[in-house]
Amino acid sequence: MLTKAKKYQFLFEELVKRDFKKKYKRTVLGMLWSLLAPLLNVLILLVIFKHLFGRTQEHFIIYIFSGTVIFSFYTECTQGCMRALMANASIFTKINVPKYLFLFSKAIQAFINFALTIVLYFAFCLFDGIKFGPHMLSLVYPMVTSLGLCVGIGMILSALYVFFKDIEYLYSVFLTLLNYVSAIFYPVTIVPEKFQKLFYLNPVYVYIKYFRIVAIDGFVPSWQIHALCAFYAVLFLAIGCFIYWKYNKEFLYYV
Amino acid sequence: MAVIDCKNVSIRYKVGDLTSVGLKDYIIQKIKGNYKVTEFWADKNVSFTLEKGDMLGIIGENGAGKSTLLKAVTGIMIPTEGSVSARGNIAALLELASGFDPELTVRENTYLRGALLGYTREFMDEKYDEIIKFAELEDFQEYMFKQLSSGMKSRLAFSIACLVNPDIIILDEVLSVGDEGFKEKSARKIKGILASGVTGILVSHSVQQVRDLCNKCLWLDHGKQIAFGPTYEICNAYSAFLFTPKAERKLPENMEEIKEVSERFRIAWRIGIKEKISPEEFDYEIPQNETETQRIQRLMGIVDKMSFEERQAYAQDEKIIMREE
Repeated sequence: MLTKAKKYQFLFEELVKRDFKKKYKRTVLGMLWSLLAPLLNVLILLVIFKHLFGRTQEHFIIYIFSGTVIFSFYTECTQGCMRALMANASIFTKINVPKYLFLFSKAIQAFINFALTIVLYFAFCLFDGIKFGPHMLSLVYPMVTSLGLCVGIGMILSALYVFFKDIEYLYSVFLTLLNYVSAIFYPVTIVPEKFQKLFYLNPVYVYIKYFRIVAIDGFVPSWQIHALCAFYAVLFLAIGCFIYWKYNKEFLYYV
Repeated sequence: MAVIDCKNVSIRYKVGDLTSVGLKDYIIQKIKGNYKVTEFWADKNVSFTLEKGDMLGIIGENGAGKSTLLKAVTGIMIPTEGSVSARGNIAALLELASGFDPELTVRENTYLRGALLGYTREFMDEKYDEIIKFAELEDFQEYMFKQLSSGMKSRLAFSIACLVNPDIIILDEVLSVGDEGFKEKSARKIKGILASGVTGILVSHSVQQVRDLCNKCLWLDHGKQIAFGPTYEICNAYSAFLFTPKAERKLPENMEEIKEVSERFRIAWRIGIKEKISPEEFDYEIPQNETETQRIQRLMGIVDKMSFEERQAYAQDEKIIMREE
């Protein structure tokens, strides 16, 4: 396992480098977009929803930012992974390399973007008078577990994408839906109390909730939230790995 | 111990299932009742073994299943039936120029391809200059890949792939890359690699190349294995097959038939040589401006009419044998 990891380390680095270079190729602002895009995103939501929900929710800007930072990572990562396999079809039909590496490279790229956005997130926290403390370090946990979730879902999607190209369209519709049910720009209190628990069925919401508890409420969340974060990550990773283990040699026939 | 062992390898493609016809056609065909997934065997029951130092040439017309078989050997595909085992580290040169990234520079692509082929960064750092030099791309290192000519692309691919010291080398139509100068250089390089005792497989449309480089030969036709064995006889039989008009072609059934056809082809070939070196010995006018196919067919026709003794005489004519060599 370790020798295998060592063997593919160089390839993995080169793939990440390639994906990074290609992403910002021929843009004037380049990497700056990693910060600018989420910033604009937050500002738009803030302007639109401030008067609607901003009065009841303290630190509303951080509330929204917690939502968008997770959601845009989720979107970028899963969509990137979904297309990564097909985009590299010309390589894996000629050279025997592990196909999951193409996905991992996309995921890492999205994760680096995510980390950059987190820097911006902290800048906003500072600006909004959020109390900083050691509990902030616990945010590493939802970041890592959400990466697991995204890779897992990305693996499932990329395999489906090989067999059914329609998934691309279906999934973008699904993402719009997900955006609305993840309580990104509204407080969960707008739905009746007995339904509020249902939000926890949505993995994306769980990670958002974690961020909000740490940043806005100012403490490390309960063990239940931790367990839920890990559960979703492990569940989807397991399904993704199973699909790859079972079908990765079939992909070739459909590209 | 066999280095490569293919046992009854069969590879099946599916044609026309739901994902390839689309939902609309799928439903229409279902209703009409003519929905059918056709199976297509790219290879059927192919078996061969190679020992260390063997060089196998795979011959056959387009669509014979040559490239698919190579994919099974490299592990890109898993055979539907049968098994392939390959011992050692494989360097596969399949359809070289594809799989590069047009938006990256030559340097970046070189490193990426190196990584894909399983080299280490240290190895690439060490060999980079050598690769660029061999590909004759010193002045193009910072060019974007899409700005190169297709010859340059193939040259680069060839150079990267050839710099390893693999246990097994797999070459799919790669010796026809670049201009004449580069072709010669790459042929020399390949011969150097082969001389170092690797085991190899070569797919080529040039029978001459297979004769030059291979000691074993596999003839495939529409996925079926026609023969596996010594290069000389099989290449002769294959050439004779190719020069026969399509309607009259007949695939040999076994090694005996191949040997028989090969012998006739050899004699036809020798008559051809004799016609060239001493036309005065023939009592007929040697046709000018005939195509290669016409010529071989005419010569094979002459051989068919010859008696056993006449054939023997040709087989032992030293003047011709010398010329042939």
